[in-house]
Formats: sequence, structure tokens, C-alpha cells
Amino acid sequence: MAVKVVRRRELTFWEKLYVPQILCGLNITFRHFFRNLFLHTAHRLNRFTHLPASVTVQYPEELRPLMSRFRSRHRLTLREDHTPRCVGCMLCETVCPARCITIVPGEHPDPNVEKYPVRFDIDLGVCVYCGYCVEVCPEDAIRMDTGILDLSAYSREAMRLDIHELLDPQLRKPISSCSLKFPHKCSLDGAKMMGSWDGIAKH
Amino acid sequence: MEVLIIKLILASIVFFAALNLAGFHTWVERKQSALIQDRIGANRAGIFGYRMFGMFHGMADVVKMFGKEDIVPAGADKTLHTLAPFFSVFFALAAFATIPFGDRLILGDRVIELQVAKIDVALLYIFAMLSLEAYGVILAGFASRNNYAMLGGLRATAQMISYEIALGIAILGVVMVYGTMDLGELVRAQGRMVGGWLPLWGIVTQPVAFVVFLTAALAETKRLPFDLPEGESEIVGYFVEYSGMKFGMFYLTDFLETIVVASLSTTLFFGGWQVPYLMPDGFHFPWGGELPVPHLVYVFLGVASFSIKGLIFCFVFMQLRWTLPRFRYDQLMSLGWKGLFPISVVNVVVTAVVLVLFGEAR
Repeated sequence: MAVKVVRRRELTFWEKLYVPQILCGLNITFRHFFRNLFLHTAHRLNRFTHLPASVTVQYPEELRPLMSRFRSRHRLTLREDHTPRCVGCMLCETVCPARCITIVPGEHPDPNVEKYPVRFDIDLGVCVYCGYCVEVCPEDAIRMDTGILDLSAYSREAMRLDIHELLDPQLRKPISSCSLKFPHKCSLDGAKMMGSWDGIAKH
Repeated sequence: MEVLIIKLILASIVFFAALNLAGFHTWVERKQSALIQDRIGANRAGIFGYRMFGMFHGMADVVKMFGKEDIVPAGADKTLHTLAPFFSVFFALAAFATIPFGDRLILGDRVIELQVAKIDVALLYIFAMLSLEAYGVILAGFASRNNYAMLGGLRATAQMISYEIALGIAILGVVMVYGTMDLGELVRAQGRMVGGWLPLWGIVTQPVAFVVFLTAALAETKRLPFDLPEGESEIVGYFVEYSGMKFGMFYLTDFLETIVVASLSTTLFFGGWQVPYLMPDGFHFPWGGELPVPHLVYVFLGVASFSIKGLIFCFVFMQLRWTLPRFRYDQLMSLGWKGLFPISVVNVVVTAVVLVLFGEAR
């Protein structure tokens, strides 16, 4: 049976005395303490701001920089006339492994565009953030670059984003009025919206 | 009657200072550890938007603790379970009574010792109080009706008793050199100078005793690197079954003990309220300069000196806490019995021999 003999270094006399080693440790902690104390004070006076006094990121106020490829909350991109770029081709809904996208297309008045989304919903409670919808989109109509990470809601209902929130990442529930340039009349303006969540979420 | 009022005032001053300092410790602990570890530390709690560098977190803690449910486990001895934290806090506070925090204050024709209780055997009294604190610990472990709490209590008691021996013997050296157990007299005796320039503080006459005392005292306060009884998040200690303010009282005891030990170290080894070269009539510098000082200023300087030294000790204890890793239990015991105990005994013997041979100290 192979035996591996691990030879550990014996403690020297000075190390066995404890006290010099404790002083070494105190040297390190005191150095950090006074350095950071000085830097915190200096930062208050706007000096030495290029030297960080702590590695802390004060989260809700400051965010860590995101990688450019980071997949955050979705958004729908706009044309120059502020209508959605989406042509309702259903590719993203089809490719979505979590089936969290619901699109109801309508006929676009412009014959060159063919279709537009009457409704475009993403259930973020179901979404797995794989990014397939972004990759598959032929029109560059959906992106995941809003940098929004703090998604939380009190109900499953509130996790469902409709087209208003997707087009305008700043928008938060509850949405009171529709400011989108749709050829149709939005349900927020009193019309009955086509398509419904009923029967879709219960796959 | 007058004496009673004076004593009450002194006691309230000491209580006020000690309890506030204990509360302040929570803030210092948070911020100091944060600075050492390149963090920012707790800075969120605020009152009306004022955050004061997170100083309100201590208050928030207390409010939280009072708001928590006070649970007494089924089968626990309710009386003892309730009594244990009070025991701890009481003895920690009582230990402050004999610590002199200033020289005699002369108001009119009245002489006031700045010391709550002037006892001839003040040192013994403090050690009695520190030993009795073990009762709070063992009662907490015993009354919880929880095997882990029981074991934790036994561990804590064993540690406290073991280190008390080294602590007591280390102090013996100091007592022999100054020839008194009255802390006020002991501090006064430290006012003399060696060779006209070096104050005859305990650290000068008994450096070995100082190291032993500091180590044993740290163990006595149950703080890192000797925090096996508590081990805040990792070890199940004697107060597992405590919640709410009772738990908070154990915590408070912890900080109070730190302050007791800090002021005791100051008193025994760093000249208590002595300011170097300051005599009751003013400064007498070794290079010949003199600076007369009024009596009230003299007393104030003494109190300030004591407070500053004590605070520095608190700071160093804190710093040690965030520097050293925790001992294993057998290492703890072997350090106490095989390390500190023989060293302190040898120290006492050497001190005795030196005193007999040269005998100049008295």
C-alpha cells in the first residue's frame, strides 16, 4: 500500500512563542485599518479618489458593471417612426424553450411590413433567459440589453410584461394609458384586446 | 446621607459610561472589522435620513431584540433560565465598582475618591465578580434543558476557570511589586519614576505578567481567539436556547467584560489615571520644566488619561479579535495550563526573588 508521507514544516522557536506572530498579524490588520481609515476620510474631502477604500459595491445605489453580452430583461426595439420593429413572424415564440412568449399578430397597414404584434407578452416568471429569442429574430426586434436585473413582483401576474413595458424599459406596472403608435386601439384605451393569457400559461 | 448621594452619583457615572461604551462597541466592532477587511460596514440604519456612519445600527439592534419573542424551551427551568442572563450582566456591572477612574477630587473640604467603592481588597473583589460570571454561563447552559447548551456551558466554565488561575497568578506579581491590593493605592504607587524619567507602571515592572494577563483576560471575556463558548455562527454555545433581549444581555455582558478587562489592564499595568510627569500640583518634566495645573484640571486630566488608555485597550482587543483565528479546544487548554500557568508561576517566583534580593520597590 502506497503511503505518502507529508512532511509539514516544524514551527520555529519564534513561531512557537506566539507573540511575534501575533504582532505580525496585528501589523497586517492595523495597516489595512489605517490605510482604509485614511482613504475613507480623504474620499470625503474628494482626495485620492483613484484609490479605492473598500471593495464594497453599495448595491441598490451603484451597480456592478455588466458584461456587454450579459442577458438582462428583454426589450422590443423600435423603428424610426416609433412603431415596434417586430413583424410578428412568431420565430421567437416558436424557439422559446420555456414557452414564455405570447404573440398575437395583426395586419400592418404598410404592405411591405405585412404584420405587427397586436400583443407581445413575455412571462418573466417562466423565462429562462437563454437568449434564443434574440438570436432567432430576423428583424433585430427583441434584445436583452436593458441591464435590468432586479425583477421581482408580488404576484405571478405582475411578472408578465406586455408590449408597453417591453417597448419602454422605464415603464412599470400599473400602466394607465397607451402611448404606442398602433394601427389598432389598445385595451388600455377601451378596446377589447385580441388574444388572452387564458389557456396559454397552462401548458 | 451625603456620602450616599456622592456614591450614587459616582455609580451612575460609571454605569452610564460603561453601558454606553458597551453599546458603542457594537458600532466600533462593525466598522473596525469592515475597515480591516476592506469593506464599508453597516451604514443603512438611519433616523430621518441621518445615518451617522451607521451608528444607529446598535439602536436598531436593541429595538429588534426587544421586539423579538422571548422563548423559554419546554422543560427548561423557567426561573434559572430567566435568571442566568441577569446574573451575567449583574456581575459584569458589579465588577466596575472598585475600578478607580481618577485621583481624589477635593471639593471644598470634602475629599471624593473617584471610585464607586473603596475596598482594601479591591483586586480580590474584582476577581470574585469575574469568577461569579461563570455562574451565569453554567446556569444558562444548565437551565436550557438542551444537551448542546449544557455542553457549551461546561466548555465555557472550564475555559473561564482554567484561565482565571493564570490570570490570578499573573496579578500576584503586580501585587507583590506594589504591595497593595487596593486599586486606588496601586495606581498611586505607579506614579513614581524610575531614574527620574520612566514612570513605574506595571508594564515596566511586570512585562511578562502583562502578556499573561492580557491573554488570560481575553480568554476570560470569551472573545476571539478564545470564543469557543460562543462561536457566534459556527459553534453551538451555552445560549442557544435564548432569544430576544435575554440573548442581548449575554451579548451586552460580552462587551461589558471587555470593558472591565480593558480598565483592569489600564489600572494594573498602565498606571490607571496617572499622566506621565503629572503630580497633584502640576507637571514636573524630567528635563526640569514645571507647569502648575489647577486641581480640577489635574483630576480631569487623570480621568481623561484613564478613559483614553481604556479605550485604546478596547480598540486593541477588537483588533486582536479580527486578527487571530480561533483556537481548538485542546490548544486552548494546553495554552492555559502548559503555557500561561507555568509562565505566571515562574514570574511570581522571579519577582519574589528579585524583591528579596534588591528590595527597593517598597
